Amino acid sequence: MADLVFWIIVGITLGSAVMVVTSKNLLYSAYALLFSFLGVTGLYVFLWADFIAVVQVVVYVGGILILIIFGIMLTNKITSVNISHASVQKGGGIFVVLTFVGMLGYMIYKTPWSIVAATEPVETTAVIGRLLMIEYLLPFEVTSLLLLGALIGATTLSRKDS
Amino acid sequence: MDSLNNYLMVSAVLFSLGLFGVITRRNGVAVLMSVELILNSANINFVAFARFGGMNITGHVYALFIIVLAAAEAAVALAIIINIFNNFNTINIDDVSELKQ
Amino acid sequence: MITGNIITDFCLLILFLPLVAFAINIVFCKRLPRQGDWVSVGAILITLVLSLSLLMNMFMNWDPTFSHETQFTWIDLGAFKIKLGFWVDNITIVMLVVVALISSMTHIFSLEYMKGDIRYNRYYAYLGLFTFSMNGIVLANNLISLYIFWELVGVSSYLLIGHWFEKHSAANAAKKAFLTNRVGDIGFFIGIMLMFTAIGSFNFQEVFVGVSQGLITGTLLTLAGVGLFMGAVGKSSQFPLHIWLPDAMEGPTPVSALMHAATMVAAGVYLTVRLFPLFSPEALTIIAYVGGFTALFAATIAITQNDIKKVLAYSTVSQLGYMILAVGVGNYVAAFFHLLTHAMFKACLFYGSGSVIHAMHHSLHDLNDDDTDPQDMRNMGGFKIKMPITYWTMTIATLAISGVPLFSGFLSKDAILAGSLSFAQHNPQHFLLPLFGFGAAAITAFYMFRLIFMTFHGEAKLPKVFKGIHESPRVMTFPLILLAGLSFFLFYTLPHFNPISDHGWFTELIVAGNSSVPGNPTARAIYEGIHHVHYPAMALSLLVASLGIGLSYLMYIKKKISPDVWASKMGIFYKLSLNKYYFDENYNRFLYQPFLKLSRAVAYVDWDLYDKYFINGFGHVAKFLSRITGRMDYEGLDQTLVDGIGRTAGGFGKQLKQVQTGRLQNYMLFALVGVIVILVIQAI
Repeated sequence: MADLVFWIIVGITLGSAVMVVTSKNLLYSAYALLFSFLGVTGLYVFLWADFIAVVQVVVYVGGILILIIFGIMLTNKITSVNISHASVQKGGGIFVVLTFVGMLGYMIYKTPWSIVAATEPVETTAVIGRLLMIEYLLPFEVTSLLLLGALIGATTLSRKDS
Repeated sequence: MDSLNNYLMVSAVLFSLGLFGVITRRNGVAVLMSVELILNSANINFVAFARFGGMNITGHVYALFIIVLAAAEAAVALAIIINIFNNFNTINIDDVSELKQ
Repeated sequence: MITGNIITDFCLLILFLPLVAFAINIVFCKRLPRQGDWVSVGAILITLVLSLSLLMNMFMNWDPTFSHETQFTWIDLGAFKIKLGFWVDNITIVMLVVVALISSMTHIFSLEYMKGDIRYNRYYAYLGLFTFSMNGIVLANNLISLYIFWELVGVSSYLLIGHWFEKHSAANAAKKAFLTNRVGDIGFFIGIMLMFTAIGSFNFQEVFVGVSQGLITGTLLTLAGVGLFMGAVGKSSQFPLHIWLPDAMEGPTPVSALMHAATMVAAGVYLTVRLFPLFSPEALTIIAYVGGFTALFAATIAITQNDIKKVLAYSTVSQLGYMILAVGVGNYVAAFFHLLTHAMFKACLFYGSGSVIHAMHHSLHDLNDDDTDPQDMRNMGGFKIKMPITYWTMTIATLAISGVPLFSGFLSKDAILAGSLSFAQHNPQHFLLPLFGFGAAAITAFYMFRLIFMTFHGEAKLPKVFKGIHESPRVMTFPLILLAGLSFFLFYTLPHFNPISDHGWFTELIVAGNSSVPGNPTARAIYEGIHHVHYPAMALSLLVASLGIGLSYLMYIKKKISPDVWASKMGIFYKLSLNKYYFDENYNRFLYQPFLKLSRAVAYVDWDLYDKYFINGFGHVAKFLSRITGRMDYEGLDQTLVDGIGRTAGGFGKQLKQVQTGRLQNYMLFALVGVIVILVIQAI
């Protein structure tokens, strides 16, 4: 049963991803992206990453996707419905995709991963919080600087020249 | 079937699809969406290794950072795209190319 | 001296002295005093002395079989040898004397006749050349050197006939003489080569031996003989190649005397006399008929001619016919005898006519008259009083030619006619030959006396011109007197004094040899035959001579018979005779014009077809080929290869330029492909 669900979630993720990259309608792509994110969230759940799953939904879906849709709305002429055309060099793209999939798949199946037996799922939130403050304090601070920079940058860029 | 290979496979396919989108799509926003897919695939990888590969919680931390980065980058990218739209009146990245005379 | 033998030395000197004179005159002409005529005269007089001393030698030895031959090898190619040399026997010596004597007389006569001529020195030079060539013929001992000198004599004749080449008629006459001679020489050369092929040698003696051995017989021998005779036909102006001699009168009169009366034309007779031993009976018959016919035929033309020199020219042709006839019937000694006497009196006649013409020239020049023909007998008349020496010498010569007894001509003509009679007696089918002979004799007497009567007797036709006539100076009358003197019988019958005898030094010393051809009658048989008919022949010739003289006397002195009436009565015959039987016109129409047409056609083929298409075709092909190679080079090489490389580079560049799309995603694609490649390589 779990397997079936797993595969369904994988299907949703990948199917939506295909929709994202191949749809002619940009909004359809955005909504497919939404479902893709949700699928990824499901995968996180299967991987016993509870905190990350929630962060995924909150940040990605709630923040980034909204931003993207804003961006779509702001940058396209409202009158025309057909917003974007598909793509160029599809042939090359398909070739690259297949090759990468092939190569990566080959690599995955050939490499003898050292598999650690799974233990019981634990709550990860507290652990992540403690790690952030103790071991990974520096990356944390830098990341906040990065966010600051992004904030300033975005604001500056969006400002109308007066 | 909860095996590492499966997750890695999913990640690989997602990565390739994102790559396809990047090199194929003409709309700037669409390219950004594809980039998000790629980032997501990396995330899946990290988390999968955190569970199966011996990285334990470290993997989650990395995933967290990546998500933060993705957000920041999406914000800035969209700001740029909106600027481009204001300047060129189009975000067809073919048309805004000034790399070629 | 030079060679061991004095006779050979004399012959060398006789041969080459005139050549030296020719060379000196040609090279140094204008710078010598008096333009060098004394060089030629001196040389010829020395030659005369040498020849006379040879003659004296002959008399002293009194050897009928005298024969002296020297030779040296000219070309030796092993199987093919040509030897040149001299052959001197009694005939040679007599002929040398004739040539030297007449030539020296011509030189002396020309001192006055050609005075003031515009090419005086060249005239004397050519005379020297001619004497050299003629002596060459006389002294030759083989067919090749004979042929060489034969041609040389032809060249000298051409040069001298055309002496006044500004006159169209003279230039044409010179050409005609040379070309007609050439036609005869073709046959001559064929005959020579036939002999050589059969016998393998050119030398006379060896040829005679070869013929007697039967190396060449039958039709081939007759053909060779006729071929050799063709040379004589051309040179001695026999029918049908007689056309050049009357025209040759365009040359100066002394030249006519020398060449066309005494020596050059006699060369043909000399040839037949020399080569007599190798003529087959058939060839001899042909020779006899040609000679006899010519004798009669030329005589019939001479009766109507009005130009004094033309009469003499046709007379020469006729007399030569006589000589040839004599050779043909086998009596070649008589032929040679007639050659000798004819040389004397014919030269005398020509000098005499020269003297008359000279006087006419001066008279007309004084009167500033350029229209009257100084040579036309109708403008003369009654010159007897004004030019006595000329008159008497010419009359003596005319008596000689007519065959009147007491003169040399009688002896020689008589011998010939006797020979023809005897021949007809033995071969009755050839009865025409004596008929030709006696008929010609009658006509000869007639027209020669006509000449004398018209020129010297009667009344002057142009009194104004007559007033200016005077006798010629001594330089011109001296040869006349000398030669007239030699026309008496006495010089030929020595040591006998009988005027009608057929014995004398000549017949004693010049003895006929046998013919080498088996089957020909021997000399003995011929001699016997002649001896029998000697007196009948003599009587007959006297008869016909008096007939001719009498008729002429009646017509021109007594005027009992009017020549004009007879002329109109004879109508067509008169016209034919006056116009030389239209020979020249017919030759022109049937020979010259078609041949000219043929050569024009050939020229067309060569010029318009061959040159234009074939030769130019090569040019066109070359042009075409060069155009192709040019195109290959330009378009193929330059455009395709050289420029092609450039174009390819440009093409590549243009293609590769398209990589630079300016589109970021393309670059990304390429980068990814690169990554894939690297990974694949790493994996492998």
